[in-house]
Amino acid sequence: MSVGDYIRNSQIWKSVFRHPAPTDRRNRVVVMLTNFFLHLHPVSAKQQGIALSYTWCMGGITFFLFLVETLTGVLLMFYYRPTLEWAFYDIQALRDVQTLGIMREIHRWGAHAMVITVWLHMYRVFLTGSYKPPREFNWVIGVLLLVLTLLLSFTGYLLPWDQLAIWAITVGSNMARAHPFLGGEGPGFQLLNMGGYDLITNASDAKFLLLGGRFVGEATLNRFYILHCVAVPLVAAGLIAIHFWRVRKDGGISQPL
Amino acid sequence: MNPHPDLTSSVLHGLGWYYLILFTMNLLWTVRSFKVDGEFDKRTPVVGGIPVAAVWAVLSAILLMLSAAHFTGGSDPAKFVIRLPEWFKNPVDAFFADPVVYFAGSVGLFWAMIRFREWWIRESVAWSMLQASLIFMGLSLSDYDFRQIVGKPDNVPIVAMLFIVSFLTWIYFKRAVENDKRIADGRPLVGSDDNDKVLVWPDLVYTELICMVVLTAGLIFWGVALEAPLEEPASSVKTPNPSKAPWYFLGLQEMLVYFDPWLAGVVLPGIILGGLMAIPYIDFNKAGNGYYCFKQRSFAICTFMFGFFPLWIALIVLGTFLRGPNWNFYGIYEVWDVHKVKAANNVNLSEFFWNAPVMSSFFGGLPKGSSVLTILVRESPGIVFIIGYFALLPPILGLTILRKYFVRMGVLRFLVFSNLALWMAILPLKMLLRWTFSLKYIVGIPEWFFNI
Repeated sequence: MSVGDYIRNSQIWKSVFRHPAPTDRRNRVVVMLTNFFLHLHPVSAKQQGIALSYTWCMGGITFFLFLVETLTGVLLMFYYRPTLEWAFYDIQALRDVQTLGIMREIHRWGAHAMVITVWLHMYRVFLTGSYKPPREFNWVIGVLLLVLTLLLSFTGYLLPWDQLAIWAITVGSNMARAHPFLGGEGPGFQLLNMGGYDLITNASDAKFLLLGGRFVGEATLNRFYILHCVAVPLVAAGLIAIHFWRVRKDGGISQPL
Repeated sequence: MNPHPDLTSSVLHGLGWYYLILFTMNLLWTVRSFKVDGEFDKRTPVVGGIPVAAVWAVLSAILLMLSAAHFTGGSDPAKFVIRLPEWFKNPVDAFFADPVVYFAGSVGLFWAMIRFREWWIRESVAWSMLQASLIFMGLSLSDYDFRQIVGKPDNVPIVAMLFIVSFLTWIYFKRAVENDKRIADGRPLVGSDDNDKVLVWPDLVYTELICMVVLTAGLIFWGVALEAPLEEPASSVKTPNPSKAPWYFLGLQEMLVYFDPWLAGVVLPGIILGGLMAIPYIDFNKAGNGYYCFKQRSFAICTFMFGFFPLWIALIVLGTFLRGPNWNFYGIYEVWDVHKVKAANNVNLSEFFWNAPVMSSFFGGLPKGSSVLTILVRESPGIVFIIGYFALLPPILGLTILRKYFVRMGVLRFLVFSNLALWMAILPLKMLLRWTFSLKYIVGIPEWFFNI
């Protein structure tokens, strides 16, 4: 008996994989049903529905990039400190000193790539009319995921705390100041007042909420760090789960009806 | 004269590799062309009877020689001769360094893409266009200012995206045109002979696995080859000029030229997202679900592509590559000169209206004063215009040219649809008004931060 067979017949192996290798038809069905990671997929699909020239694989690539970002992001979190004192120098050290500093490169390029693949996924879904009934609601969830992807990228943009970062966030967050009613320089904010005092000022408006201050500062760094590493990924993960679930429930992967 | 140091030997070597890759691509294409394309028609002048592949063979040879010329590196890089001449670059900058020409050009390109889809989906045509754009890129990279902006690490993904989007659009049109023909002839769609059910293991799972391996390798290669940008430490007193938002928001930042932040930064993005979410509920067309086609859904496809290409991607390219200091417009080979002055003397609609000779002689020009009534009277032409645009135009359209849609969609759905379409049109409309009449605001009430 070879070593391979010995391992495959051991109790440990069999407790992990509950059936033989997927080499025949029966086991190829069983593996899809019993494996947690594979059960996202159906057991079988139409050939043309999974053809690369049809799907472009952009949704799958987006999800894979989300996983890459999570993995590299967690590794970066071990190293990076989101404070005015250290943020910039930690990133600099990742570039100049640290052996695995390339994690930052992969994280940043993966983020750019993810924004692009989300767009392309959406483009393909539109072009194949896959948002049409019964998949209307999953398209809506997809749009929300697009927003979250942009939000993840935007909040992460600040963390290196260099000139590029704070000025991009300053330009972006200046929009919040102009929010109708809720921004200190937006139309209609004067209408929200109580006894002659404005409720919306530059210390209580939408921009202040976003930045945790009047300008991009330490509070902003902390706020964006939490949003980037915890809050937004959690929401995104939840919506991704629903998105996948609905793909299966709303008529399966896209193909001619 | 160009004040910058120009070519260096490392740039020349990089370009040498670039042309070597192009040579390899075209060599492979020559082989393919020799097998597939056949010969030019006997009656064609000059080239009649010669295999089409000969054209690609000549191109490959030229590219190989180009590459070799870059690799020799015997002479001073500053004296290297293969570079775009000033007499080419200066007119290009002078002509294209203008948002009007750029935007009109992108709309024209969009129109041509759809109008001539049956022509450019042909493989030889598409390959020629790809090679033309790649050689244009290579030649342009010999220019310092072009290299500065296109070679920025954060901008590399945008260049890559342009090629990927073009390729995928090509795939779409190729499939769609074929399916359109088949639908017209009553034949089955592309791929429908391939309708067997297959097991996901191995047919899909292996594709995904290979995809993941390739992507991981690609990301690591990308990470090694290109260092992520890190500028000076943040300083809240040193404002960079230009200050740009992250690249994927540059389409929105470009809208700031035409609209105030409350519209460009809050309302319009909100409408874009709301409009995207509304698509499945307003598109009543049942055809084209689950396959590529164009004719059955031409309106939907054109509208979406108009939003995606001229109004989103083209504006991102504009914001990234062509907007420089003070948000001025710079040509692709132009030095980012901070002192470039562009006179902007824009006028509000209310000023046009009240200062027109007739109105001015009757009412004595623009109403002055800060009472609510005076402000409303002053801005009444713009307010009337906006109300007419969003409230009156939809019913009028619904009863006239869009009657067909109105009947099939019902009142509510049609109102949502027509308002979204009008919102989408408001950016090009404002652009046109700005360029033709130097119009600043349609409604301008700075007292209330309410400018449209």
